[in-house]
Amino acid sequence: MSQLLLDVNGLTMRFGGLVAVDHVDLAVKHRQVVSIIGPNGAGKTTVFNCLSGFYIPSDGSVVFSGEQVAGMKDYQISRKGLVRTFQHVRLFSKMTVIENMLVAQHRHLKTDLISGLLKTSSYRRLEQEAMDRAAYWLKEMDLLQYANREAGNLAYGQQRRLEIARCMVTQPQLLLLDEPAAGLNPNETKELDELIVRLRDEHEISVLLIEHDMKLVMGISDHIYVIAQGAPLANGTPDEVKNNPDVIKAYLGEE
Amino acid sequence: MTETLLYLIQQLINGLTIGSTYALIAIGYTMVYGIIGMINFAHGEIYMIGSYVTFIVIAGLLGMGMVSLPIILIIALVVAVFIASTYGWTVERVAYRPLRGSNRLIPLISAIGMSIFLQNYVVLAQGSRDVALPPQITGGWTFGDPAVFEVSFSYMQALIWGATFVTMTALTLFISRSRMGRACRACSEDLGMTNLLGIDTNRTIALTFIIGAALAAVAGLLLGLYYGVVNPFVGFIAGLKAFTAAVLGGIGSIPGAVLGGLVLGVTEALTSAYFPSEYKDVVSFGLLVLILLFRPSGLLGKPEVEKV
Repeated sequence: MSQLLLDVNGLTMRFGGLVAVDHVDLAVKHRQVVSIIGPNGAGKTTVFNCLSGFYIPSDGSVVFSGEQVAGMKDYQISRKGLVRTFQHVRLFSKMTVIENMLVAQHRHLKTDLISGLLKTSSYRRLEQEAMDRAAYWLKEMDLLQYANREAGNLAYGQQRRLEIARCMVTQPQLLLLDEPAAGLNPNETKELDELIVRLRDEHEISVLLIEHDMKLVMGISDHIYVIAQGAPLANGTPDEVKNNPDVIKAYLGEE
Repeated sequence: MTETLLYLIQQLINGLTIGSTYALIAIGYTMVYGIIGMINFAHGEIYMIGSYVTFIVIAGLLGMGMVSLPIILIIALVVAVFIASTYGWTVERVAYRPLRGSNRLIPLISAIGMSIFLQNYVVLAQGSRDVALPPQITGGWTFGDPAVFEVSFSYMQALIWGATFVTMTALTLFISRSRMGRACRACSEDLGMTNLLGIDTNRTIALTFIIGAALAAVAGLLLGLYYGVVNPFVGFIAGLKAFTAAVLGGIGSIPGAVLGGLVLGVTEALTSAYFPSEYKDVVSFGLLVLILLFRPSGLLGKPEVEKV
């Protein structure tokens, strides 16, 4: 059990009489890319909302890094290293790219107002570290040349990358990406593909992905979970899932 | 220069003086609205408390035999800012924070309740009659031909202009450069996301209230000295005017609040110069209605884009 980064058992979410998520199990190991797929309205985003603390699950357990996080507040969970993005870009669009990166590190700059005003050496060192980390991730995402641009003025694909960069700067262990390829052109999708693989292989984090782009999902996932109408349908490696008759029937349509 | 022109210049000076204090108070409304989307109706009362504290401190120090006016003013400023900020922080903590996340109408009603409470609390503590302070800063510059019309620009007006300018500059630097200012801007764009990124948004919101209250206290000190009288009800009208200024300039926008304050002050001064002064409020609130009809987001506000 201890090698699991995220261990979800019997996750259930009910809204009144509606069961949006019904006994879903998930397991993510260290340095793994795991995908959740399913038709629209299957409850994928609801699963994300339960994992990241936006909803308190009605039932089931969510163990992250050996710790039960179900029922914790969203910001508590993100502090533990489980960080998410949203289907819609949620950048601080009126702030510059670099400011977006620095805001995300606000918590790490553990200083008080006085040392900020006096610009003490420890304050300056922390600011410098935050700046370096921001610059490092902007470079990784090929955004460094836009550092002083307003985030809202970036192209859509760049905004998507900036969101991931902003997550990465908080040094997460598990990144939850909600349809990161939505609205990207084929070229940008290919870049995203390479980026996710690099996050896993070079930066040694795990990624849990919701995505409709099957080429992307099949290409990079170590493991795939299929859910339909809130309930688990199948899971396995990309090849197993691709050839699973239930999946083909429910998700890809009957021949 | 002709008399008409000199008279106009005089009215502009008067208007900009009042307008800059409206702007100081309006910033408190606009910053709070920008972050939590609520109108802090008790804000005018914080301004009134700032005025009272100024009067008490100045009277006390004069009574103790202190003579140096700059030192008296600085002490009064520090004490007024400190006490008003404490009130601002307490009001948020007691009356608004517990209601966060509830229907928008509820904190609004709580704010009106807070406003009435503070007003009556000052009536009980200080009495409801006008408290007067003899003018501390007298004299000024005059120019123009004494035979035609003499324009006067008093030292007190100069102090109001100068203090407002310094305060605004400090605020702008704080918001644009400092780490906490960055957090404030992040909160005003997306409170939920800011929270998710691990920033203590409650602290940032409290800070906004403190800053707003400090600026209101500066305005309280300046206007108190300018008019020389204060009573427990001055906060209501000043608050309403500043709120108008904030809406006029585009609520949520700091430069908008400043512009709105100045436009409102000048409009009032010009109206009372050329029409019976009873029309002052008719025209300034009429202007508000017109701007809202033709530019609902205010002079500098951006139209709100619906989030999907």
